Amino acid sequence: MTLTVDTLCTWMNKFADKVETNRQHLSDLDTPIGDGDHGFNMDRGMKAVEEKLATKPADLTSGFKTIAMALISTVGGASGPLYGTAFLEMAKKSASTDDLNELLEAALAGIEMRGGAKPGDKTMVDVWDKLVPEVKAGNLTEDKIKAAVLATKDMVAHKGRASYLGERSKGHIDPGAESSGYLFEAMLETEGLL
Amino acid sequence: MSLGITLVSHVPDIANGLPQLLKQVAKDVPITTAGGTNDNDIGTSMEKIMHAFDENSADEILAFYDLGSAKMNLEMAMEMSDKKVHLYDVAFIEGAYTAASLIQAGVGLADVEKQLKPLKIKD
Repeated sequence: MTLTVDTLCTWMNKFADKVETNRQHLSDLDTPIGDGDHGFNMDRGMKAVEEKLATKPADLTSGFKTIAMALISTVGGASGPLYGTAFLEMAKKSASTDDLNELLEAALAGIEMRGGAKPGDKTMVDVWDKLVPEVKAGNLTEDKIKAAVLATKDMVAHKGRASYLGERSKGHIDPGAESSGYLFEAMLETEGLL
Repeated sequence: MSLGITLVSHVPDIANGLPQLLKQVAKDVPITTAGGTNDNDIGTSMEKIMHAFDENSADEILAFYDLGSAKMNLEMAMEMSDKKVHLYDVAFIEGAYTAASLIQAGVGLADVEKQLKPLKIKD
Protein backbone atom coordinates (compact mmCIF):
# COMPACT_ATOMS: atom_id res chain seq x y z
CA MET A 1 0.00 0.00 0.00
CA THR A 2 2.10 2.78 -1.34
CA LEU A 3 0.98 6.36 -1.26
CA THR A 4 1.97 8.61 -4.16
CA VAL A 5 1.52 12.33 -4.70
CA ASP A 6 -1.29 11.52 -7.13
CA THR A 7 -3.22 9.22 -4.81
CA LEU A 8 -2.70 11.68 -1.95
CA CYS A 9 -4.25 14.49 -4.01
CA THR A 10 -7.18 12.31 -5.12
CA TRP A 11 -7.74 11.16 -1.54
CA MET A 12 -7.78 14.75 -0.27
CA ASN A 13 -10.07 16.01 -3.03
CA LYS A 14 -12.56 13.22 -2.31
CA PHE A 15 -12.38 14.02 1.40
CA ALA A 16 -12.98 17.71 0.65
CA ASP A 17 -16.05 16.81 -1.45
CA LYS A 18 -17.51 14.70 1.36
CA VAL A 19 -16.92 17.43 3.90
CA GLU A 20 -18.54 20.00 1.63
CA THR A 21 -21.58 17.80 0.96
CA ASN A 22 -22.01 17.05 4.65
CA ARG A 23 -20.93 20.31 6.24
CA GLN A 24 -24.41 21.08 7.57
CA HIS A 25 -24.74 17.55 8.95
CA LEU A 26 -21.34 17.80 10.68
CA SER A 27 -22.27 21.12 12.23
CA ASP A 28 -25.65 19.73 13.30
CA LEU A 29 -23.88 16.86 15.07
CA ASP A 30 -21.70 19.45 16.78
CA THR A 31 -24.65 21.56 17.96
CA PRO A 32 -26.00 19.52 20.90
CA ILE A 33 -22.58 18.52 22.26
CA GLY A 34 -20.19 21.18 20.96
CA ASP A 35 -20.10 24.65 19.49
CA GLY A 36 -21.93 23.86 16.26
CA ASP A 37 -19.21 24.76 13.79
CA HIS A 38 -17.36 21.54 12.95
CA GLY A 39 -18.75 21.23 9.42
CA PHE A 40 -18.14 24.84 8.48
CA ASN A 41 -14.64 24.79 10.01
CA MET A 42 -13.66 21.60 8.20
CA ASP A 43 -15.17 22.80 4.93
CA ARG A 44 -13.17 26.04 5.12
CA GLY A 45 -10.03 24.03 5.89
CA MET A 46 -10.48 21.46 3.13
CA LYS A 47 -11.29 24.16 0.57
CA ALA A 48 -7.93 25.74 1.44
CA VAL A 49 -6.28 22.31 1.08
CA GLU A 50 -7.87 21.78 -2.35
CA GLU A 51 -6.68 25.18 -3.50
CA LYS A 52 -3.10 24.50 -2.37
CA LEU A 53 -3.04 21.04 -3.95
CA ALA A 54 -4.20 22.45 -7.29
CA THR A 55 -0.48 23.01 -7.77
CA LYS A 56 0.89 19.49 -7.63
CA PRO A 57 3.33 19.08 -4.70
CA ALA A 58 6.89 18.06 -5.58
CA ASP A 59 6.83 15.06 -3.24
CA LEU A 60 4.80 13.41 -0.48
CA THR A 61 6.51 15.29 2.33
CA SER A 62 5.80 18.71 0.88
CA GLY A 63 2.25 17.59 0.04
CA PHE A 64 1.57 16.55 3.64
CA LYS A 65 3.15 19.74 4.96
CA THR A 66 1.02 21.88 2.68
CA ILE A 67 -2.14 20.10 3.86
CA ALA A 68 -1.13 20.42 7.53
CA MET A 69 -0.36 24.12 7.35
CA ALA A 70 -3.57 24.88 5.42
CA LEU A 71 -5.64 23.10 8.09
CA ILE A 72 -3.77 24.62 11.02
CA SER A 73 -4.16 28.15 9.72
CA THR A 74 -7.75 28.01 8.47
CA VAL A 75 -9.81 25.58 10.57
CA GLY A 76 -9.91 27.51 13.85
CA GLY A 77 -11.61 24.94 16.09
CA ALA A 78 -10.02 21.95 17.82
CA SER A 79 -10.01 20.00 14.57
CA GLY A 80 -7.39 22.38 13.10
CA PRO A 81 -4.57 21.39 15.43
CA LEU A 82 -5.74 17.74 15.52
CA TYR A 83 -6.01 17.10 11.78
CA GLY A 84 -3.05 19.45 11.28
CA THR A 85 -0.90 17.38 13.62
CA ALA A 86 -2.00 14.17 11.89
CA PHE A 87 -0.75 15.48 8.54
CA LEU A 88 2.41 17.02 10.07
CA GLU A 89 3.30 13.64 11.57
CA MET A 90 2.71 12.00 8.20
CA ALA A 91 4.97 14.63 6.64
CA LYS A 92 7.74 13.71 9.07
CA LYS A 93 7.22 9.99 8.56
CA SER A 94 7.12 10.31 4.77
CA ALA A 95 10.82 11.23 4.79
CA SER A 96 11.54 7.55 5.45
CA THR A 97 8.54 5.68 4.01
CA ASP A 98 5.64 5.93 1.56
CA ASP A 99 3.81 3.00 3.15
CA LEU A 100 0.27 4.08 3.99
CA ASN A 101 0.08 1.89 7.13
CA GLU A 102 3.16 3.41 8.68
CA LEU A 103 2.00 6.89 7.76
CA LEU A 104 -1.44 6.33 9.31
CA GLU A 105 0.10 4.92 12.48
CA ALA A 106 2.25 8.06 12.79
CA ALA A 107 -0.84 10.20 12.24
CA LEU A 108 -2.82 8.39 14.95
CA ALA A 109 0.06 8.72 17.42
CA GLY A 110 0.17 12.45 16.63
CA ILE A 111 -3.57 12.93 17.22
CA GLU A 112 -3.34 11.08 20.54
CA MET A 113 -0.32 13.14 21.59
CA ARG A 114 -1.89 16.47 20.64
CA GLY A 115 -5.35 15.96 22.08
CA GLY A 116 -4.53 13.56 24.90
CA ALA A 117 -7.60 11.46 24.06
CA LYS A 118 -7.65 7.70 24.41
CA PRO A 119 -9.98 5.14 22.81
CA GLY A 120 -13.37 5.36 24.51
CA ASP A 121 -13.21 9.11 25.12
CA LYS A 122 -15.76 9.76 22.32
CA THR A 123 -13.44 11.53 19.90
CA MET A 124 -11.95 11.05 16.44
CA VAL A 125 -9.39 8.76 18.10
CA ASP A 126 -12.10 6.10 18.41
CA VAL A 127 -12.42 5.94 14.62
CA TRP A 128 -8.70 6.11 13.86
CA ASP A 129 -7.85 3.55 16.53
CA LYS A 130 -10.31 1.02 15.07
CA LEU A 131 -9.68 1.66 11.37
CA VAL A 132 -5.89 2.07 11.10
CA PRO A 133 -5.43 -1.65 11.94
CA GLU A 134 -8.19 -2.54 9.44
CA VAL A 135 -6.32 -0.70 6.70
CA LYS A 136 -3.19 -2.57 7.66
CA ALA A 137 -4.99 -5.92 7.55
CA GLY A 138 -6.47 -5.04 4.15
CA ASN A 139 -9.98 -5.24 5.65
CA LEU A 140 -11.27 -1.70 5.47
CA THR A 141 -14.92 -1.64 4.39
CA GLU A 142 -17.69 0.92 4.41
CA ASP A 143 -19.56 -1.06 7.06
CA LYS A 144 -16.57 -1.06 9.36
CA ILE A 145 -16.19 2.68 8.95
CA LYS A 146 -19.88 3.25 9.74
CA ALA A 147 -19.68 0.96 12.79
CA ALA A 148 -16.61 2.76 14.15
CA VAL A 149 -18.33 6.13 13.80
CA LEU A 150 -21.61 4.90 15.28
CA ALA A 151 -19.79 3.38 18.28
CA THR A 152 -19.10 6.90 19.58
CA LYS A 153 -22.85 7.51 19.97
CA ASP A 154 -23.24 5.76 23.32
CA MET A 155 -19.94 6.89 24.76
CA VAL A 156 -19.61 9.58 27.42
CA ALA A 157 -17.26 12.33 26.29
CA HIS A 158 -14.05 12.75 28.28
CA LYS A 159 -12.31 15.20 25.96
CA GLY A 160 -13.18 18.34 24.10
CA ARG A 161 -16.15 20.64 24.35
CA ALA A 162 -18.57 17.72 24.76
CA SER A 163 -16.87 16.65 28.00
CA TYR A 164 -18.41 19.63 29.80
CA LEU A 165 -21.77 17.91 29.29
CA GLY A 166 -20.66 14.70 31.01
CA GLU A 167 -23.35 11.98 30.86
CA ARG A 168 -25.53 14.25 28.74
CA SER A 169 -23.12 13.75 25.83
CA LYS A 170 -24.49 10.20 25.44
CA GLY A 171 -26.76 9.54 22.49
CA HIS A 172 -24.92 11.78 20.04
CA ILE A 173 -22.34 10.76 17.44
CA ASP A 174 -19.07 12.64 17.87
CA PRO A 175 -18.65 15.07 14.96
CA GLY A 176 -14.87 14.55 14.78
CA ALA A 177 -15.48 10.80 14.53
CA GLU A 178 -17.93 11.42 11.68
CA SER A 179 -15.52 13.62 9.73
CA SER A 180 -12.75 11.08 10.31
CA GLY A 181 -15.11 8.46 8.90
CA TYR A 182 -15.30 10.55 5.71
CA LEU A 183 -11.49 10.60 5.53
CA PHE A 184 -11.41 6.79 5.64
CA GLU A 185 -14.30 6.50 3.15
CA ALA A 186 -12.38 8.80 0.80
CA MET A 187 -9.38 6.49 1.21
CA LEU A 188 -11.53 3.50 0.30
CA GLU A 189 -12.78 5.28 -2.83
CA THR A 190 -9.35 6.37 -4.03
CA GLU A 191 -8.36 3.98 -6.76
CA GLY A 192 -4.96 2.37 -6.40
CA LEU A 193 -4.54 3.43 -2.77
CA LEU A 194 -5.60 0.39 -0.73
CA MET B 1 16.27 36.77 32.92
CA SER B 2 12.93 38.55 32.51
CA LEU B 3 9.50 36.95 32.67
CA GLY B 4 6.46 37.88 30.60
CA ILE B 5 2.92 36.63 30.09
CA THR B 6 0.99 35.52 27.01
CA LEU B 7 -2.78 35.12 27.20
CA VAL B 8 -4.70 32.96 24.73
CA SER B 9 -8.48 33.05 24.50
CA HIS B 10 -11.10 31.91 21.99
CA VAL B 11 -12.62 35.39 22.15
CA PRO B 12 -10.72 38.53 21.06
CA ASP B 13 -12.56 40.64 23.67
CA ILE B 14 -11.51 38.30 26.48
CA ALA B 15 -7.87 38.35 25.35
CA ASN B 16 -7.95 42.13 25.10
CA GLY B 17 -9.88 42.61 28.35
CA LEU B 18 -7.88 40.47 30.73
CA PRO B 19 -4.68 42.60 30.51
CA GLN B 20 -6.69 45.55 31.86
CA LEU B 21 -7.17 43.56 35.06
CA LEU B 22 -3.58 42.32 35.20
CA LYS B 23 -2.04 45.73 34.51
CA GLN B 24 -3.55 47.00 37.76
CA VAL B 25 -1.09 44.85 39.69
CA ALA B 26 1.61 44.38 37.06
CA LYS B 27 2.19 47.57 35.12
CA ASP B 28 5.77 46.66 34.14
CA VAL B 29 5.20 43.01 33.16
CA PRO B 30 5.23 42.39 29.39
CA ILE B 31 1.81 40.98 28.52
CA THR B 32 0.89 39.93 24.99
CA THR B 33 -2.32 38.33 23.79
CA ALA B 34 -3.78 36.10 21.09
CA GLY B 35 -7.56 36.12 20.89
CA GLY B 36 -9.80 34.54 18.29
CA THR B 37 -9.04 33.09 14.87
CA ASN B 38 -7.22 34.89 12.08
CA ASP B 39 -10.61 36.31 11.04
CA ASN B 40 -11.33 37.34 14.65
CA ASP B 41 -14.02 34.70 14.92
CA ILE B 42 -14.36 32.52 18.01
CA GLY B 43 -11.43 30.12 18.17
CA THR B 44 -7.68 30.33 18.42
CA SER B 45 -4.89 30.73 15.90
CA MET B 46 -1.42 29.25 16.07
CA GLU B 47 -0.13 32.16 13.98
CA LYS B 48 -1.56 34.73 16.38
CA ILE B 49 -0.02 32.87 19.31
CA MET B 50 3.42 32.78 17.61
CA HIS B 51 3.06 36.49 17.01
CA ALA B 52 2.21 37.07 20.69
CA PHE B 53 5.36 35.16 21.69
CA ASP B 54 7.49 37.16 19.26
CA GLU B 55 6.25 40.56 20.33
CA ASN B 56 6.64 39.81 24.05
CA SER B 57 9.84 41.56 25.18
CA ALA B 58 10.55 39.08 28.02
CA ASP B 59 13.16 36.31 27.76
CA GLU B 60 10.78 33.68 29.11
CA ILE B 61 7.02 33.53 28.77
CA LEU B 62 4.34 32.11 31.02
CA ALA B 63 1.35 31.17 28.89
CA PHE B 64 -2.27 30.91 30.01
CA TYR B 65 -5.32 29.79 28.01
CA ASP B 66 -9.08 29.43 28.36
CA LEU B 67 -10.32 26.14 26.83
CA GLY B 68 -8.93 22.91 25.40
CA SER B 69 -8.25 23.65 21.76
CA ALA B 70 -6.42 26.85 22.75
CA LYS B 71 -3.96 24.55 24.51
CA MET B 72 -3.40 22.52 21.35
CA ASN B 73 -2.62 25.60 19.30
CA LEU B 74 -0.40 26.88 22.13
CA GLU B 75 1.57 23.64 22.18
CA MET B 76 2.07 23.73 18.43
CA ALA B 77 3.23 27.33 18.61
CA MET B 78 5.64 26.39 21.41
CA GLU B 79 7.10 23.61 19.26
CA MET B 80 7.68 26.06 16.43
CA SER B 81 8.91 29.03 18.48
CA ASP B 82 12.50 29.68 19.55
CA LYS B 83 11.35 31.34 22.76
CA LYS B 84 11.20 29.54 26.09
CA VAL B 85 7.54 29.23 26.97
CA HIS B 86 5.93 27.63 30.01
CA LEU B 87 2.33 26.46 29.76
CA TYR B 88 0.01 26.25 32.77
CA ASP B 89 -3.20 24.21 33.06
CA VAL B 90 -4.56 26.58 35.67
CA ALA B 91 -7.70 28.67 36.05
CA PHE B 92 -7.26 31.27 33.32
CA ILE B 93 -7.97 34.52 35.13
CA GLU B 94 -6.76 33.56 38.62
CA GLY B 95 -3.63 31.93 37.22
CA ALA B 96 -2.65 34.86 35.03
CA TYR B 97 -3.44 37.33 37.84
CA THR B 98 -1.32 35.38 40.33
CA ALA B 99 1.62 35.16 37.93
CA ALA B 100 1.36 38.83 36.94
CA SER B 101 1.40 40.11 40.50
CA LEU B 102 4.30 37.85 41.50
CA ILE B 103 6.40 38.75 38.45
CA GLN B 104 5.81 42.43 39.17
CA ALA B 105 7.05 41.82 42.73
CA GLY B 106 10.26 40.31 41.37
CA VAL B 107 9.49 36.72 42.34
CA GLY B 108 11.39 34.02 40.41
CA LEU B 109 9.88 31.35 38.17
CA ALA B 110 10.16 28.48 40.67
CA ASP B 111 8.20 30.39 43.31
CA VAL B 112 5.63 31.60 40.80
CA GLU B 113 5.06 27.98 39.79
CA LYS B 114 4.65 26.95 43.41
CA GLN B 115 1.83 29.47 43.80
CA LEU B 116 0.21 28.37 40.53
CA LYS B 117 0.04 24.71 41.55
CA PRO B 118 -3.16 24.90 43.63
CA LEU B 119 -4.87 26.74 40.75
CA LYS B 120 -4.53 23.76 38.40
CA ILE B 121 -7.97 22.80 37.13
CA LYS B 122 -7.29 21.22 33.72
CA ASP B 123 -5.70 17.85 32.99
